[in-house]
Amino acid sequence: MKKALLIFSILLIISSCKKEVSKTNAVDNSESSWQEVSSVKTVNYNELKPYLEKNNDTTYIVNFWATWCAPCIKELPYFEKIKQEYASKNVEVLLVSLDFPKQVEKKLIPFINKKQLQSEVIFLNDIDENVWIKAIDSTWSGALPATLIYNKNVRKFYEQSFDYNMLETELKTFLKP
Amino acid sequence: MMKTIKTILLLTVVALTTAAFTLKPAAGYAVGDTISDFKLKNVDGDFLSLSDYDDAKGFIIIFTCNTCPYSVANEDRIIALNDKYEDSGYPVIAINPNNPISVPQESMEKMKIRSDEKGFNFPYLLDEGQKVYPRFGAAKTPHVYIVTKNDMKVQYIGAIDNSSRDEEAVTEKYVENAVDALLSSKKIEKTTTVAIGCSIKV
Repeated sequence: MKKALLIFSILLIISSCKKEVSKTNAVDNSESSWQEVSSVKTVNYNELKPYLEKNNDTTYIVNFWATWCAPCIKELPYFEKIKQEYASKNVEVLLVSLDFPKQVEKKLIPFINKKQLQSEVIFLNDIDENVWIKAIDSTWSGALPATLIYNKNVRKFYEQSFDYNMLETELKTFLKP
Repeated sequence: MMKTIKTILLLTVVALTTAAFTLKPAAGYAVGDTISDFKLKNVDGDFLSLSDYDDAKGFIIIFTCNTCPYSVANEDRIIALNDKYEDSGYPVIAINPNNPISVPQESMEKMKIRSDEKGFNFPYLLDEGQKVYPRFGAAKTPHVYIVTKNDMKVQYIGAIDNSSRDEEAVTEKYVENAVDALLSSKKIEKTTTVAIGCSIKV
């Protein structure tokens, strides 16, 4: 009986060890494809502007967000997913961060690495909010999150949160059948 | 019976979905509109209305909250505004528009703690039931409305200054300029401005 118990314990230990090993492997695999980000492109509004008015065959989804904005973080995965799902359909996603300048190193960059964000992230650092918020869209109150979807034919601004279905439904109105 | 249950379930789903998103509120007051008074609970436990202020010439009403980093970044500036203008007849009245049921950190209890910690020198009211902020059309925190008392008219809507993220970079103080203009019976140069803020949590 004692022997059986011992064998059982050993088996238990081995099996739990195995689990640990395979778990670590899985994490390693996903991390190896991720290129650690050490900086983020910082722009003022004039430098951001060209990203908001490209005139080509691509449809751009520009999401204004910040790491401190809870509804922004909640909807971020939907933007990441739509980028993947529509990559072959000429759709690009740009994430414009409005974090505090002092928190870029401490919060924004670690967040990008932790979430392994696939979409391009740009940090907008420009004090004259009253000028550029109105320039981006005259109806924008400045509340986050907010999203701009545009291509050379249509341009729409959304001061709201999205779930995946809402985002996909909106995007489809921009894409030619 | 089955149908009723189905309807209830459907309604619940709809209600939950709606609650989960922050949608832009319907347009509220514009500059020049006449506002109606409100009665909201202050952090000191008393209810407060604009009509309680006998000597005021007007009000700097600021929708703000405990958790939004943009609100927090503006707390010192809001305290300074009340310091500067309360005695001239334009006190600050802060209103928290967020729903403490969905964001517990926005409760009256937490508001009291924040008010004590920072030494707020102005009333900090909770928009319980979220009836007041939609009337104003407040879309975010912080969001400022300057109102004159004799006619209860909105004179200014918008930001505190032109650099909410970095106080040291401020070059234009919109609220101060507006109140200064009112105090000297001059025209306000910029009556509406915008700044980044947190959406109001419903």
